Order: sequence, then structure tokens, then C-alpha cells
Amino acid sequence: MPPLHTDRVYEEELQQLRAKILEMGGLVEKQIGDAMTSLVERNSTLAQAVIARDHTVNYLDVAVDESCTRLLALHQPAGRDLRLIMTSLKVTTDLERVGDMAQNICERALELNEEPPLKPYVDLPRMADWARSMLRESLDAFVREDTELALQVCQRDDAVDKLTADIFHEMLAFMRQDPQAVSRATRLLFIAKYLERIADHATNIAEMVIYMVKGKNIRHISPPPASV
Amino acid sequence: MPEVEIRQVCLFYGSKQALFDIDLDIGRREVTAFIGPSGCGKSTLLRCMNRLNDLVDNVRVTGSIRLSGGEVLDPTLDVTDLRKRVGMVFQKPNPFPKTIYENVAYGPRILGIKQKARLDEIVERSLHSAAIWEEVKDRLHDNALALSGGQHQRLCIARTIAVEPEVVLMDEPCSALDPIATTKIEELIHELKQQYTIVIVTHNMQQAARVSDHTAFMYLGRLVEFGKTDKLFTTPEKQETEDYITGRFG
Repeated sequence: MPPLHTDRVYEEELQQLRAKILEMGGLVEKQIGDAMTSLVERNSTLAQAVIARDHTVNYLDVAVDESCTRLLALHQPAGRDLRLIMTSLKVTTDLERVGDMAQNICERALELNEEPPLKPYVDLPRMADWARSMLRESLDAFVREDTELALQVCQRDDAVDKLTADIFHEMLAFMRQDPQAVSRATRLLFIAKYLERIADHATNIAEMVIYMVKGKNIRHISPPPASV
Repeated sequence: MPEVEIRQVCLFYGSKQALFDIDLDIGRREVTAFIGPSGCGKSTLLRCMNRLNDLVDNVRVTGSIRLSGGEVLDPTLDVTDLRKRVGMVFQKPNPFPKTIYENVAYGPRILGIKQKARLDEIVERSLHSAAIWEEVKDRLHDNALALSGGQHQRLCIARTIAVEPEVVLMDEPCSALDPIATTKIEELIHELKQQYTIVIVTHNMQQAARVSDHTAFMYLGRLVEFGKTDKLFTTPEKQETEDYITGRFG
């Protein structure tokens, strides 16, 4: 860890910013978990609770924005502090979008729970586990300033994309066999897409962690570099 | 080719060494900022460039400083001529207790320019370049001491550039000024670099970040890091630089 800031108030505000990002990350991760439970266990009450909780994520997003604006205006940050603030501004947007994805999953779950189940869910929970672990690891990398872990997250994104393609073909097969299945299969496809987007946001966060720690921008580089 | 090449410069105040093996290239018509905590040697290094340290007893400088190819540290060099080529603006504005006109005409007169028309032209051009002409053009023969602090400093800049130096050294030029006067000087620095090579020492890191093309970070008499200003303030190479620019020092 770097030595502490000579300005204690500034140091404290930077710590609070990190803490807010982590609080938001923890909440969003739980939102994804609960959203998937509401789908798999056909629990509409839980789905509604997740939807109701999204405003807390939005509130934290605004709070992070305000902290960053304040830090930029009052302290004219440079170096690692500036990179932390730039990273926080982007990460909060990604986390807020992930929160929206969890809400969207619940909206589709509520619709699906109105109809009989199409099939037992296997691939979607697996995909959700992947996306969630990518998100968790990107946030761990943020806390520990661990660029190796961040890079591993970026490298895992392709596997999620592949799983999305598999689910697409599977759902297409359902729709071909039974026109009655079209609305349900379409909703499940939406959910696959939401999970894929969550993995993309986790990748964005991991890329920003690399910027934060090393000052290197690896965004929009495909495939991600083997090392930084 | 750099305007000033500093090589292996060491400076001693008596037996105490204040600068250690400084190597630095100052780019032509660029602004170079020296930053670092008090006592790090940045003003001392600045003063080496026009041999102002010669005025301090017991100072010894080794190494080489080349200005457009010529050796500044050559003991046979005419320092008056050097200081015409390398002008200096100080922390505290120090106008002469003379008229505004005479402050600016002083240097050119010493250099032997006597024709009034020629002096008038130099005074007007210098005051224009220092962005103070509009404020003083109707009272050129009033006492300069009646001007404000910010105007004093711009008058001193006009006085410095009246002799058409190659390099302008500025030692904390805004530290005694309010934010508006500071902004004017910073805008002026942007203008002046079209014609002059500028080296500025500043405690205000945001000022260094705003006005300079290159920044040198010094600590305990050593040059820790030198590079493009935007790089040094966002992704410095050295931990000591990072700690200083983020305020984690000492």
C-alpha cells in the first residue's frame, strides 16, 4: 500500500469512495444471485423484492458520482488518486447497469412464472455463476489492486459469449419444435443476453482496474493482452 | 536540438552539496517546470542557468550547462551578456522606483539604444507582449510602484523581454498574486512560449500541470523524474514522484 496522504481529510474521502464502490458491488452481486433464485425457484415475491431494491443501487451510483465530483473540484487529484477517481466514475456506471440487468431478469422471471416451466434450468444458472464470479473477481482486483486477477477476468469473457451462443441455438430448437414455447424461449434468451451483458460490465471493471493500477489502457483491445 | 543542455551539474554551498549530477535538456520554445518540496534545489538549478549563484559566497558549480551550444559555466564568460540572453522574473515583483516607461526602457538603454523612437517601439512591443499595454498605455510616465501586484509582475516580465532574451527564467512568478492575476500570468506564459524558452519554478503543482510542456521533479538535490507534463501528472514512472504529486510526502 502507498503511504497515507498528508491531508487526512482527502485520504478519508478517498477511502470512503472505495468503500462506496465496494458496498455497491456487494449489493449488485446479491441482486444477481436473488434474481436467478427467483427465476430457478419460481419465486415471484423474491423477484419483486429485487426490483424494489434497485433504487438503492441507483442511490449509490449518484453518491459515487457526487464524491468524485467533490474530490475533483476540491483536491485537484493527480497520479494514482486521479486514476482511482476516473476508475470509480466508470465502475459505478457499470455496476448501476448490472443492477438494471438484475432487475430485468426479475421482470422476465415474473412473466415466466405465469406459465408452466419450459425446461429445468441448467445452462442459465451456470452462466449466471460465471458472470457473478467475474464481477466478484473484478471487484476483488479493484480492492487488492491486483492486475493479474483483473486480466484473468478479461480473458474469461469469451467463454460467456460462447455459452450465450449455445443457449441461443438451444432456444431456437425449442421454438422450432413447439410454437407454444416461443414466448418463454424468447424470454429465456433475453435473460441469457442480460447475463452476457453482466459479464461484459465485469470485464469493463477489470480493464479499468488495470488502468487504475498501471496507468495502461487495455480497453477495446481484442483479444486482451497476455500480461500488463 | 535543446536550447539548454544541462550535464552532470553539481553545486556546493561551501562543503554542503545542494545539487547532484543533474542531467536535463530544456526544449526550445517550450515551457519546462521544476517542481519539488522546499529545499530540493529547483531554484538553485534555475539560478545556475544565468549564473545568479555567482553572487552567493562560497558557491562552486561543476558540470556543464550549454546554451545554444555555448558553455554557461565558462569562468571567462561575460555574465552581463549571459543575463541579457537568459532573463529572470522573480517571486516578488521588483519594479524599479521609476516610471513604467523607464522600467521597460532600462535594459535596452544599458545595451546602448538611445534613439527615442526606437525605445518607444521597444517599450510598446514589450508591454504588449506582457499583456499589460492596454492597462498602462495612457500613464506610461506615472510611477510604476502605483500599479497593482499583478501588474507589477507583468511589468517585470515586460522589462525582462525588452532585451529580447532567448530564455526566460521564472522563479515562483505567481506566488504573491491573487487567482485572477495568476491566470493572466499563466495565459501570458502560453503566449510567450511562441517566442521564448521558458523555465518556471513553482510550488503550485496545478500551475506546473497547466502551463508546462515538460516537468522535472526534484528531491533532495537530485532530479528524480523528467518527462512530458501530462504523463508525469497522470502516470509517473517513479514512486517518489507519485507520492509527491498526490500529496503523500514527508
